[in-house]
Amino acid sequence: MMAGVTTPDDTSSELTLVVNGTAHRLRLDHRTTLLDALREHLGLTGTKKGCDHGQCGACTVLIGGPAGGVASPRRVNSCLLLAVMAREAEITTIEGLAAPDGELHPLQAAFVEHDALQCGYCTPGQICSATAMLGEAAAGWPSAASASVTGPVVLDAAEIRERMSGNLCRCGAYVNILAAITDVARAAP
Amino acid sequence: MRPFGYLTPGDPAGAIAAVTGRPGATFLAGGTNLVDLMKLGVAAPDLLVDVAGLLPDRIEPTAAGGLRIGAGVRNSDLAADPRVRAGYPALARAVLTGASGQLRNMATVGGNLLQRTRCLYFQDVTKPCNKRDPGSGCPARTGDHRNLAILGGSPHCVATHPSDMAVALAVLDAVVHVEGAAGPRMMPLGGLYRLPGDRPDRETTLERGDLITAVEIPPLAYAGNSAYRKVRDRTSYAFAVVSVAAALDVADGVVRDARLALGAVAPVPWRARAAERVLAGRPATAEWFGRAADAELAMASPLPDNTFKLTLVRNVVVQMLGELAGTERAGS
Repeated sequence: MMAGVTTPDDTSSELTLVVNGTAHRLRLDHRTTLLDALREHLGLTGTKKGCDHGQCGACTVLIGGPAGGVASPRRVNSCLLLAVMAREAEITTIEGLAAPDGELHPLQAAFVEHDALQCGYCTPGQICSATAMLGEAAAGWPSAASASVTGPVVLDAAEIRERMSGNLCRCGAYVNILAAITDVARAAP
Repeated sequence: MRPFGYLTPGDPAGAIAAVTGRPGATFLAGGTNLVDLMKLGVAAPDLLVDVAGLLPDRIEPTAAGGLRIGAGVRNSDLAADPRVRAGYPALARAVLTGASGQLRNMATVGGNLLQRTRCLYFQDVTKPCNKRDPGSGCPARTGDHRNLAILGGSPHCVATHPSDMAVALAVLDAVVHVEGAAGPRMMPLGGLYRLPGDRPDRETTLERGDLITAVEIPPLAYAGNSAYRKVRDRTSYAFAVVSVAAALDVADGVVRDARLALGAVAPVPWRARAAERVLAGRPATAEWFGRAADAELAMASPLPDNTFKLTLVRNVVVQMLGELAGTERAGS
């Protein structure tokens, strides 16, 4: 049993969240989602709260998967993940994507290059989601848009749109989001 | 949201004991539906027993030649598994049409089976709902029921089961492995679910503390010739209006065996056995595929705003079976 939880009646736990390589020791009410922990307790407001019901993707962050697993790290909706469920996991938010020297992640650079946003509220979620999506495609995961579930993955426009459907953009910047992701997908080895 | 305790027992027995002994306790795995329902006030557990770390999370071949899928397997891993993709395309497709990439990474196979209906009245605590608040009434029959059941409903409830995966598992004759206070047992998928009758709040045959540990798919020689089609109001990331899973064994233009299940039309994943009986031994033609659909839909009791599902189901069944009948497959 994890440290900090002693009885079924405790409504908070002491836990460690590892975010962008830094471990944070926190005592959190169990109701706290990972999203609220990031924003309200750790000051990492890059991750956005849109619908808070797993429908818009603005809260998408990356969670380190099991060692050796394919397509790791994985994208998740941090609004539906209780912080206590993410204890000890390696969490990456939009603040952790750029290189330490400040050089933008290729997807961040592509979003700037293609003007893939208007208000920008969905952008951190779009970029985190796209990062993991490219890993899923590289691992050969099919999508509902794939002609065959056994065939090779070709990231054409229909595939990228389907794979990114968990991220809504109310400004409607989809055309440029698609262009930005397509650029990075083509540049990938 | 009501404050709650959170436990991570070391093994299934500990988790089962924790939930069995406490009426307000519930299992937590991926949380994609439960946490949302807690935010909505539909679910208000006082203890979450997190089983994500202790459920089997592997997909393994069985001695019989099928697959055993751990209940903790994430939806994305199930759809990505090469054996599932090659051997059970209907299952891979069904999972891939559900939710979003993010949610499939979180959601588990066991949780998927036990997710709750997306009926608007069930999810809105300001409205009556016989499923959420037994005896309070059902506004759906005279209200918004476009997306609700045409088969298997009752005067008390016409909610639909929302899972795509479960429809494919129904076609594959999946067996559900359950552990409980009285030990392990297994049941066919159809035995897991209950029709609403006058107790729509009782959705499954599981008792308090029963934990789904695995789903087993028996071998089916023609499972490779299976498909899943989901019709919805937008192309992606939406629940089904109607869905169909089918597997077909055709030789010399005659149906040797057929499996058919319907989604988003009933309170449970609906195995269309009346249709299957019509198909067996009959010519693999659009006429007979239509007759099969008609035989199943003869049992339907649609409401004014979802009568269209009759035509939709029939059309999708005929088209899908036609495609499966026309598939050239080596060795079949």
